[in-house]
Amino acid sequence: MREEILRAEHIKMYFPIRGALGKIRNYVKAVDDVSLSLYKGETYGLVGETGCGKSTLGRTLIRLLKATGGTVTYKGKNLFTINEKELRRLCRELQMVFQDPYTSLNPRMRVGEALTEVLKIQGIGDKDARMADALSVFEKVGLLPEHFYRFPHEFSGGQRQRIGLARALILNPELIICDEPVSALDVSVQSQIINLLLDMQEERGLTYLFISHDMSVIRYIADRVGVMYLGHLVEEAPVDDLFLSPSHPYTQVLLSAVPSDDPHVRKERVILEGDLPSPANPPAGCVFSTRCPYAKQICREKKPECTDINETHRVYCHLTK
Amino acid sequence: MTDLYAIRKTLLKEQRRLLVRKFFKNRLAVTGGTITFVMLFLALLAPVLAPQGPLEMIVTDRLLAPSAAHPFGTDTFGRDVFTRILYGARVSMTIGFFVGLITMAAGMLLGLLASYFRLLDEILMRICDGLNAIPSTLLAIAFMSALGGSTTNVIVSLSIVSIPRMARIARSAAVVVKGQTYIEAVSAAGAGPFRILFRHMAPNILSPVIVQASYVFANAIITEAALSFLGVGVPIPQPSWGNILYEGKDVIYNAWWLIVYPAAFTALTVFGLNLFGDGLRDLLDPHTS
Repeated sequence: MREEILRAEHIKMYFPIRGALGKIRNYVKAVDDVSLSLYKGETYGLVGETGCGKSTLGRTLIRLLKATGGTVTYKGKNLFTINEKELRRLCRELQMVFQDPYTSLNPRMRVGEALTEVLKIQGIGDKDARMADALSVFEKVGLLPEHFYRFPHEFSGGQRQRIGLARALILNPELIICDEPVSALDVSVQSQIINLLLDMQEERGLTYLFISHDMSVIRYIADRVGVMYLGHLVEEAPVDDLFLSPSHPYTQVLLSAVPSDDPHVRKERVILEGDLPSPANPPAGCVFSTRCPYAKQICREKKPECTDINETHRVYCHLTK
Repeated sequence: MTDLYAIRKTLLKEQRRLLVRKFFKNRLAVTGGTITFVMLFLALLAPVLAPQGPLEMIVTDRLLAPSAAHPFGTDTFGRDVFTRILYGARVSMTIGFFVGLITMAAGMLLGLLASYFRLLDEILMRICDGLNAIPSTLLAIAFMSALGGSTTNVIVSLSIVSIPRMARIARSAAVVVKGQTYIEAVSAAGAGPFRILFRHMAPNILSPVIVQASYVFANAIITEAALSFLGVGVPIPQPSWGNILYEGKDVIYNAWWLIVYPAAFTALTVFGLNLFGDGLRDLLDPHTS
């Protein structure tokens, strides 16, 4: 059986909306009761439209944001209750690659220094060893030693993303949360970065949580996929399973929006009606019920339970039986 | 490794060369910098350049109009105005420099801390609001009359009145920087608040802070002159631009040079500093090449 390295249960992340005098009026339920597991060496793709809470979930899992509720168990330890010192140590194993390569590097810090600093924070090695480490990671991600002392603004987007990846890799992590690492890049550069990610995974047995809104990228890179809508996980399945037989109406809609690679095949497209509800005031019952083409009475009244279609495919929908 | 150090060296040299070139291409910075530099030079070399001592009175030469012997004329006690302006530059420059420096250091520290710790933010910013509610010159006069007139006290009270604005500027810059992804990235690497604040946030808020510091410098010179003119600044007979004006106001219809020259020096210095500040603002932005 595959080794589970991270298990998240009932994660909730609510952001308070403050009114006059800082009184809390309501909450934006960015992530509401999401559970998932990550297995060693896999790539878990997390998809969903803008604002569905996928990035928030990623950040919550490694405690960059303090979750409102739920537990994250990493290698048997509860990440939400360990102390600062332990958390700092665990940063070595849980790293993150960010979406925007332009804002994820300190503009006043030479990129080589940005790498050695990560080691310094973790108290690894002496000055020379850190430098050697940084240089070797630099080479790994396809950068040259003469880039070492340059400032971020002297690099292109793709190069910066390589630096961002190097910064995550230098600590030799187990799990990397990739928060839309290629969505800010040109298509040709996207494939370079994705292949680099795959190479690194093969070499080091890394586990990725790959957040994206691009279904074709997900199809290429992911082993398993989770689909999010309005802070909820609505379906989870191995990638081929999900693309061949999507169960949740939302997943079906999402997949119907992916352009076909054959220009002669006209796909039947499902167009959703209405707007995305506000996460501060989500619909009662199933969150998708306001826009679901198949919604029945029960969908508007009762939250759907998790239904297992098979061992690896689960869905949150009343209509799947 | 040695290879890399060589690369570093040439790169640093290159970057420095570019910065120098960028400075000289910036006409504002060059003009402002030259004026400021000349003023500093005059202040430093006052004992060498001055024809007589700053307190030396030649009673027979009272209120002489500008001439070859006294380029800016003499005052009611027969002191050389040119000499007094040079020595006054020392006072003004010292006050401006230290007020700028103290304000910058304290304002930046407070701004950074306020941006990071929420409770502290509320407390500090309400204090700043309180200080800002009183016109700064008035507040400075109040502090001076409480502390007594001396150069040090001028520096102290002017620093106190200019810190709130600096803290606000630093804070708003810091809040923007704090929201950037690279700050999140260093905290993902396990960095503590002090590393984040002083190593990652501080360098990135430096440019608005330095620019503001140059305005504080200029403003301190004006306010010092105003305080001295009102008699609560640098005590007479010590020369300062404000003191010269103060002593000249009684004879303004007979001896214009007692007013015009110190006023012109004050204005020119402030003008130069402001230009320099504007130039710095353009220079310090890392994105313009």
